[in-house]
Amino acid sequence: MGYRVVVDYDLCESNAICMQVAPDIFEVRDDDFLYLLNETPGDEARERVNESIQRCPKQAISVAEE
Amino acid sequence: MLRREGFDGAITIIGDEPHQPYDRPPLSKQLLAGEWEQDRIALSDDESLQDLGADWRLGRRAAGLDVANRTVTLDDGSTVAADGILIATGARCRELPTNGLDGIYTLRGLDDCLAIRAELEDSPQRVAVVGAGFIGAEVAATARERGLEVTVIEALPVPLGRVLGTEVGTVCADVHRDHGVDLRLGVGVDGFDGHGRVERVNLSDGTSMDADVVVVGIGVIPNTEWLEGSGLELDNGVVCDETCLAAPGIAAAGDVARWPNRLFGEIMRVEHWDNAIAQGQHAALRLLASDDEAQPYAPVPWFWSDQYDRKIQLAGRARPDDEVRIITGSTEERRFAALYGRAGRLVGVLGFNRPRHVMKYRNLIEQGTSFEEAIKIAEQE
Ligand SMILES: Cc1cc2nc3c(=O)[nH]c(=O)nc-3n(C[C@H](O)[C@H](O)[C@H](O)COP(=O)(O)OP(=O)(O)OC[C@H]3O[C@@H](n4cnc5c(N)ncnc54)[C@H](O)[C@@H]3O)c2cc1C
Ligand code: SF4
Repeated sequence: MGYRVVVDYDLCESNAICMQVAPDIFEVRDDDFLYLLNETPGDEARERVNESIQRCPKQAISVAEE
Repeated sequence: MLRREGFDGAITIIGDEPHQPYDRPPLSKQLLAGEWEQDRIALSDDESLQDLGADWRLGRRAAGLDVANRTVTLDDGSTVAADGILIATGARCRELPTNGLDGIYTLRGLDDCLAIRAELEDSPQRVAVVGAGFIGAEVAATARERGLEVTVIEALPVPLGRVLGTEVGTVCADVHRDHGVDLRLGVGVDGFDGHGRVERVNLSDGTSMDADVVVVGIGVIPNTEWLEGSGLELDNGVVCDETCLAAPGIAAAGDVARWPNRLFGEIMRVEHWDNAIAQGQHAALRLLASDDEAQPYAPVPWFWSDQYDRKIQLAGRARPDDEVRIITGSTEERRFAALYGRAGRLVGVLGFNRPRHVMKYRNLIEQGTSFEEAIKIAEQE
């Protein structure tokens, strides 16, 4: 049982809040788009992923359990 | 946060709105535009709210606080005693006398939004927005995007001039004009006329203008009346110490809280979404901590505003007399980032559609970077 990080790019406005919380998972690059560096960061990162979900002002991040 | 930290005691949540917790920013954006419906702005799903295991007292107002006994009295006379109390009563809109007329609104809550939205859907001839601050600007943008005629009335000669300075404030004004808003600067509102419903707005320069809907966005007042006489220090908010504590076992957070932010050497009250979350979490930790463990709350405030296709973001504290330097893009293309410097330090960064820059320089503000150094970093980019 793992999980996958999902970003709804229609909602995301690239404000990089998630990148502040978890720079190893989320990166906003020079083109001002958000890139997911790691879709399956594993259990040890779960807390930071949750924090990103909560802090994203656009509610653009979610996780799919799989 | 309390639950995440393992607190398994009783939690009581008191709120005077009948609604479950919801997100306010969409109230002047997607929800007002009709792009979203109410179900999209819930802050949590029912399941997560259930998991909190809290005692919800919605539709109930806190009427008084006994600081020594840490007891809140509700408007129905009942009381709630607790070891820790978090004050997060937010702020409400400053209002203008409406002369008893309908059709004049302020925008703070869900019900305000739905009422204004119904008016906008009713094809008004002209919408008047009083105040060109962020809320007024967003309402104007949303109404314009609905194809309505909009006049914005602002008492200052430059919108947001007192926050962002003249140069950047002028861009904010230009963006409205680009989109066909009738912008009246340097005039105030004397009052409203009409028969039962507003028909005219009277301006301080002696002229008047027709409007059948008015939205007033002239700032907010922290909700502290219920704390008067409690012994807590109230001064444009609940005054707290560096750790967000207002009295032993009593903390405050969000729009209502005023505290000394040591990063800026300034006592501040911040009316931003991100701060409400971050300070709420900090205050929760403060209530669980001993005095020795307590940490100061010293963030770089950050917020965003969406107007038309522009995303404006500001991190830090900008003031009109700060030194302002555009580091990328240009004001003409309405896509740029500007740094604000004061006393040799980088204190703020503002972006028009430049999110990455805002976050990068926000980090530099946090690190106490000098203005000179920040400019140098920008030049190397
Ligand atoms: C239309 C709108 C758009 C916004 N857009 C943005 C944006 O784009 N970006 C951004 O950063 N910020 C934005 N904000 C600001 C942001 O929403 C606020 O900073 C945030 O809501 C503050 O949260 P809070 O919990 O401190 O206060 P509030 O959200 O005001 O919550 C306080 C609650 O306490 C209740 N209350 C008050 N007194 C009592 C009492 N005595 N007893 C019981 N309950 C009481 C109130 O009714 C309210 O429900 C916007 C605000 C509005 C209104
Ligand atoms: S915090 Fe949300 S909106 Fe911001 S970049 Fe991350 S996913 Fe996008």
